Amino acid sequence: MLKRTALVAALGLVAAACTPGDGEQGDYVEIDRDPFPSSYTPLPSGSTIITGATILDGAGGRIEGGSILIENGKVSAIGTDVTAPDGATVIDAAGRWVTPGIIDVHSHLGVYPSPGVQAHSDGNEIGDPVTADAWAEHALWPQDPGFIRAAAGGVTVAQLLPGSANLVGGRSVTVKNVPGRVAQDMKFPGAPYGMKMACGENPKRVYAGGNNSPEFRPSTRMGNVAGYRQAWADAQEYQRQWDKYERDYKAGKDVLPPARDLNLDTLAGVLRGEIAVHMHCYRADDMGTMLDVMKEFDYQIASFQHAVESYKIADKLAENNVCSAMWADWYGFKMEAYDGIRENIPFVHKAGACAIVHSDSASGIQRLNQEAAKALADGRKAGVDISKADAWTWLSLNPAKSLGIADQTGTLTAGKNADIVLWSGDPFSVYTKADLTFVDGAVVFDRLNPDNNPVMDFELGQPGEGDAK
Amino acid sequence: MRKLISIAALAATTLTAVCFTASVSAEDIAITGGRAFTNGGNGEVENATILVSGGKITSVSSGGAVPDGYRVIDATGKWVTAGFMAADTSLGLTEVSLSGGINDASAPTEKGAIGLSIVPALNPANIFIPNTRIEGVTRAMSRMTTSGDMWLGVGAVLKLNDSDIVAREKAFLAIDLDEGSANKVGGSRAVLWSKLNEKFQEAKDKMDAAAKKDDDKDAKRPSAEDATLNAVLSGDMPVYAVVNRKADILQLIAFQNRFGVRVILGGAAEAWMVADMLAAAGIGVVLEPSNNLPGNFDTLGQTSAAAGRLHAAGVKVAFIPPGTHNARLVVQNAGIAVSMGMPWAAAMDALTVNPAEMFGVGDSYGKLSAGMDADVVVWDGDPLELMSSPDAVLIAGEDMPLVSRQTKLRDRYKDLDRSPAFDR
Repeated sequence: MLKRTALVAALGLVAAACTPGDGEQGDYVEIDRDPFPSSYTPLPSGSTIITGATILDGAGGRIEGGSILIENGKVSAIGTDVTAPDGATVIDAAGRWVTPGIIDVHSHLGVYPSPGVQAHSDGNEIGDPVTADAWAEHALWPQDPGFIRAAAGGVTVAQLLPGSANLVGGRSVTVKNVPGRVAQDMKFPGAPYGMKMACGENPKRVYAGGNNSPEFRPSTRMGNVAGYRQAWADAQEYQRQWDKYERDYKAGKDVLPPARDLNLDTLAGVLRGEIAVHMHCYRADDMGTMLDVMKEFDYQIASFQHAVESYKIADKLAENNVCSAMWADWYGFKMEAYDGIRENIPFVHKAGACAIVHSDSASGIQRLNQEAAKALADGRKAGVDISKADAWTWLSLNPAKSLGIADQTGTLTAGKNADIVLWSGDPFSVYTKADLTFVDGAVVFDRLNPDNNPVMDFELGQPGEGDAK
Repeated sequence: MRKLISIAALAATTLTAVCFTASVSAEDIAITGGRAFTNGGNGEVENATILVSGGKITSVSSGGAVPDGYRVIDATGKWVTAGFMAADTSLGLTEVSLSGGINDASAPTEKGAIGLSIVPALNPANIFIPNTRIEGVTRAMSRMTTSGDMWLGVGAVLKLNDSDIVAREKAFLAIDLDEGSANKVGGSRAVLWSKLNEKFQEAKDKMDAAAKKDDDKDAKRPSAEDATLNAVLSGDMPVYAVVNRKADILQLIAFQNRFGVRVILGGAAEAWMVADMLAAAGIGVVLEPSNNLPGNFDTLGQTSAAAGRLHAAGVKVAFIPPGTHNARLVVQNAGIAVSMGMPWAAAMDALTVNPAEMFGVGDSYGKLSAGMDADVVVWDGDPLELMSSPDAVLIAGEDMPLVSRQTKLRDRYKDLDRSPAFDR
C-alpha cells in the first residue's frame, strides 16, 4: 500500500491525467464562502420626491434648489428639473440640505454595545494575537441603542469591526443601519468582508510580558511585524494546499482536502483579494512598514484606520492607493496619537489620497458631519481650499470605495441605493440635525415624528424610553 | 541659616515671577469694532471698544475712544467674548494618559485623599494647555479622576497661560459617588453613602466641639483633612460630586440638606429628571452634552436635551469637554446643547459666567467688564460654530500667540517636498 502511494506520487500529474480516476473519487469539497448569508429585506418605501434643497451629491457636485426622486428604494432622478410621478410623497426642503447617507468605516456598535457593561465586551478575542477566525457578526447585538442614535446622525451604513488588541482581530461586517432581530437582518447584501489588523501599541501592550499569550509575544513592534509576516506565510502555504487539492481533484485523483483552518481561511481570503484589510495604525513609520509587508505578500490594504500621522506620508498613501480613515481632532491619549494635528484630513485630501472621516465611537458616529466640518475649517485656515461638496466625499464616497460598495451607495446617483439624509440646514453647522434618514428609500429616522422612531428592546421600560436623545 | 536661605530663595522666586507676569501683561491693548458679548451670552455691545491695561479690563463701551499708547486689535466684523471655561478636566495633571508614563490625575492606591491639593502636581509646560487656549478656552477646572476610594482631593481653577496657571487653588473638594466608586468602597452604594455621611458627621461634630471651646490655647493646627472638611462645612468651599443616577442624585440633595454644604453636581446623566429639585436646592450641574447613550445602568436616562431642560428649570449649567486632551471641544459641546434645545445665550453662560460662579472665580473672570481679568477672545464668527475659530486670545491681558506643538507639526508637514523636515 505504501509502495503504491509512492508510485502514484512519483507519476504525479501525468499519471493522473492519463487515467482520469479509478471511479473511486469522493465529493469535491468546496468551502462555503458565505455561511451566514444576509437576510436583509428593505423596509417598505414609496415614491418620494424631495424638492428645493441644497444637494451635495457626494461625488463633489452641488445643486442649489435641487430635487431628488426616490423610487423602489433607489435614486431615480436628481437635478433641478425632476418631475414626480402621481402619488409620490412630496417633501418641501427649501432651506434644507440633502446628502448621501453617512458611511462609517469604523464602528464597534453591536460588538461593544451600550450599556458598556463587562458582559457586553465582545470585540477583542484576546488570548492569541492572530484571530482571523473571529467574526464581528457573531458578536453583533442588533439591539444596541447606538444604532438608532447613529441613524439620527445620518448614518446609513457602517462597518463593524473587532477591536485592536490583536495583530489580526478578525472579520468585520458591513451593515445597513436598519432594525434587525438577528445580525444577518442587517448585513449589507453582497458587501465584501473586511479583516481588522492592528499596528503599534495595542497588540504589544496586550501581549507584552507574556500576558495573554502562551507564545509570549509580541512584546515590541518588531514582534508585531514578525507576527503579521508569519501569519501571511502560513496563509500562503494553506492556499497552496487548497490549490493543489483542486488541481489534483480536477485531475481525477481521489484526494482529501487539506484540514480546514478557520483562521487561515480568512487570511487566505485576503490573499485571494476577496477580503479587504482595514488596519488600525497611527504612526507614519508603522504605516510605512505595512506598505512593504503588503507588497511582500501581495495583498491590498484598503484603509489605515485612525491614521493619525497620515499627513506625514500622504504622498506615499496616494501612490499605494490606501485610504486613511481619520478623526478630525482626536489625539494625545497615547504615545502613537501624540502627533495628531487638526489638519490631518485636509492634508491627506490635498495630497490626492483617499480621506475618510471615521468615528470608532458610539458618540462620534452620531456627529460625523460635524467632524468633517471641523476638518474642513482647519484645512481652509491652513490654506487648503476644499469645497463642502468635496468634503462630503470623506463621509460617503470614499468610505464606500474602501468597503467595496461604491457601485451601490455613497453618492446620489440615479440607480444607486436611496441612502439619503435630509438635514435641517447646512450639515457643516453645529446647529443642524438630520430631519430624515433613508436607507434604501425607507425612513429609518424621523426627527419631527419621534413616535415613529425605533426604540431598542433594551430601552423599553427604562428611564428615558423613546425620549429625544 | 538654612531656613533663611530658603526664605530668601522663595522671595526671589516670587519676585521674579511677579516681574515676569507684570512684564508680559503690562501691555495696554484696545480691542475695537467687534460685536461683544459681555455677560455670557448677554450684554451685547456693538462696535465695542474693550480697553485692557495691567492684565485687567479697564472699560467696555460702544464706540469708545482708544487712549494713546494702546495697541489696537481690530475686531471689526468679528465676535468678542470672554475666554471660555471647561468645567471638568485634568489639565496640567495628565500628559499621555494611556502609555506615556505617569498620569498625575490618577492615584489608584491612595485612599482618604481629602486634604491633598492638585496644585503641586500641576505642570504649566503641558502641551495640552496651548492646544486648548488657542481654541478660545482660557480657563479650566482641573481635578483628579481616580483614587483608591471616593475622595479625589481638592481641585483648582486654572488660567491657561504659560506661567502662573493657578487662578484659584482650593476651589472645591471632589468626591466620586458614582458606580465605580461604590465598587472600590465596600462594593456597594450602601457602604459608599454611609461612609460619606459618617465622615461629614464626624467632621461636623469635631468642628462644633472646637467652636464651643473658648480657650484657643490648646487648639492644634487642623490637619489638611480637617481644614478641608471645615472649609466645606462652613460654606467656604463647595463639594464637586460626580453622580449620574437619579436615585443617587436624590441622595446627594439629602446630603446637602443634612450638612448645609454647597454642592456642584458633576456627570449628572439623569439630573434633568429632578431638575426642579436641583433648582430649588441651588445645585449647579456640570455635564457632557454629547452623552446620550445608556453607558451603564447609572445613565439609562441620559440625553443631549438635558442641558436645555435643566436651564429651563432654572438650574445653572456648565459643560464637561470630551476628555482633557480635547478640552477645547467644550465649545462644540455647547453647540450640541444648543442643537438639542438650549438657548444660545444660556450655552454661552455655561461656558463663562456659570462655571466662574460655581467654582468661585466669578469676581475676577467670566465677564467683559471693568476690573475683570482680561480673558478676551476675538472670533471670526459665531464662537459656537464648528467652522469658527479665534483670531486673538488674551489671557489675563496677555496676547497669546496662536501657536502650539500641533501648529508647529502642521507647518512642518504642510508640504511634503522634503521629509522629514528637521528645520524649525
